[in-house]
Amino acid sequence: MSPVARVQSWLDERFGWAELIAPLKHKTVPHHKLSYWYFLGGITLFLFVIQVTTGILLLLYYRPSANEAFESVQYISTQVRFGWLVRSIHSWSANLMIFTAFAHMFSVLFLRAYRKPRELTWLSGALLLFLALGFGFSGYLLPWNTLAFFATKVGTEVAGQVPVIGPWVMMFLRGGPDVTGATLTRFFGFHVAVLPGITTVLLGLHLALVQRFGISVPPRVENQWECRLNERQEMKFFPNFLLRELMAWYTALAALAVLAALFPWGLGTKADPFAPAPAGIKPEWYFLFAFQTLKLIPAKVLSIDGEVLGVLAFGAAGALWLILPLVEPKRRAGGYRAVMAFGIVAVTYIASMTVYGYLAK
Amino acid sequence: MPTEQAVRVTEPTGKKSIIPSSRRTVLKTFLGGGIVASLGSFLYPVLRYLVPPAETNLGVDSVVAATVNELRPNSAKIFRFGSRPALLIRTAEGEYQAMSATCTHLSCTVQYRKDTQQIWCACHNGIYDLNGKNLSGPPPRPLEKYQVHIQGDEIQVMRA
Repeated sequence: MSPVARVQSWLDERFGWAELIAPLKHKTVPHHKLSYWYFLGGITLFLFVIQVTTGILLLLYYRPSANEAFESVQYISTQVRFGWLVRSIHSWSANLMIFTAFAHMFSVLFLRAYRKPRELTWLSGALLLFLALGFGFSGYLLPWNTLAFFATKVGTEVAGQVPVIGPWVMMFLRGGPDVTGATLTRFFGFHVAVLPGITTVLLGLHLALVQRFGISVPPRVENQWECRLNERQEMKFFPNFLLRELMAWYTALAALAVLAALFPWGLGTKADPFAPAPAGIKPEWYFLFAFQTLKLIPAKVLSIDGEVLGVLAFGAAGALWLILPLVEPKRRAGGYRAVMAFGIVAVTYIASMTVYGYLAK
Repeated sequence: MPTEQAVRVTEPTGKKSIIPSSRRTVLKTFLGGGIVASLGSFLYPVLRYLVPPAETNLGVDSVVAATVNELRPNSAKIFRFGSRPALLIRTAEGEYQAMSATCTHLSCTVQYRKDTQQIWCACHNGIYDLNGKNLSGPPPRPLEKYQVHIQGDEIQVMRA
């Protein structure tokens, strides 16, 4: 008996290993011309694993205090062997992960995979995306450089605009009335403990739901298959789909390596709370559409503060987005068209506002 | 959801017999080798990263430990020697002795005891004499001795 087979039989005798992995052996993935979109969730998961790994590595040298944070990141980038690479990969992978998460979400929307019974899968996924944005926002401050300092000042100030609870939320986020070393300590705690804890639970739920319901087949393809039964095609998950997924991961990794090696993430200058904000200051690209919108809203709209209006509008849109599968009109056959239209408007709005935000002075 | 209907599972079932086993072995070797090689390329930078860069200020050879009037007979002080603590003792007879303050047992910092006129490590009750020689307790070796020079007003300590 080979060593692998012996380990397998040892596990089998104790845990019923063969029974445990049986579903994996029989698991299949629908195979059609839109199957490529199925890879996006897996790529996002892969990038998340990279984030956890490189994040743990950064924790070995990072120091979360206003006096030492900038210097410790500088130390990682200049003194520690491959430190620049680890940090660069962490930053680039964070950005790619948010991009693939968005792409995954819109592909799920347009392939209509959020339909019954997968409403909770959508909800958990959307919450995971919000958590990813939280990771981005909290992690951005950690190097304690000028850009991060002002991004956090503005970002927490925006949170403070929410009526009633806003001022309290802002105090809670900042650990005081201003962005200081106390904010850095808090954001560090959110970034490495609170958010990872919640994410682990939600991610487990999300993956369990995907496993429970299998992969959704787009209604259009499903209809074709129902007309012509012999066109129905499925691919074994193991090894066929997994090997393809692995190829997708390698491609993502290659893109990541190129970006991290050729465009190492900069550090900027150390934050100085008494220095003026530098010209042309902008948030990370995934907050840019919201930032640009807030810039465009007039100071007063019908005697309501422009900022307050913007924040409320984004809050409402985000909440609607979360429960989208539950509010889809079901009375008419084409009720889903409202959701599709909403999706197209959202994707167009986000894309155009992001570009506008980049070009705007 | 996977249905009970007959489905066509695409590749590679059925192809197994078509691919000669030698060719399959070659393909498997390429796949496995590629995965192992890439894992190696991930692991190498990580392992190098884990090793902290050497401290640059370790190579201090000489410091001013105290001034002449600072220590009375039968007293001592701990001072920084590079990045580690060291001990300067003025014996009851007025002589100066300097040595590393890091216990040779498990690296606690030792102290001078006026009552016994010995060097004592509180962690595991290790005792050294005033020359740094280990007398009793767990320490396996004497403390590293340093040279003491008095230059004008300053007491200079340097590596032997």
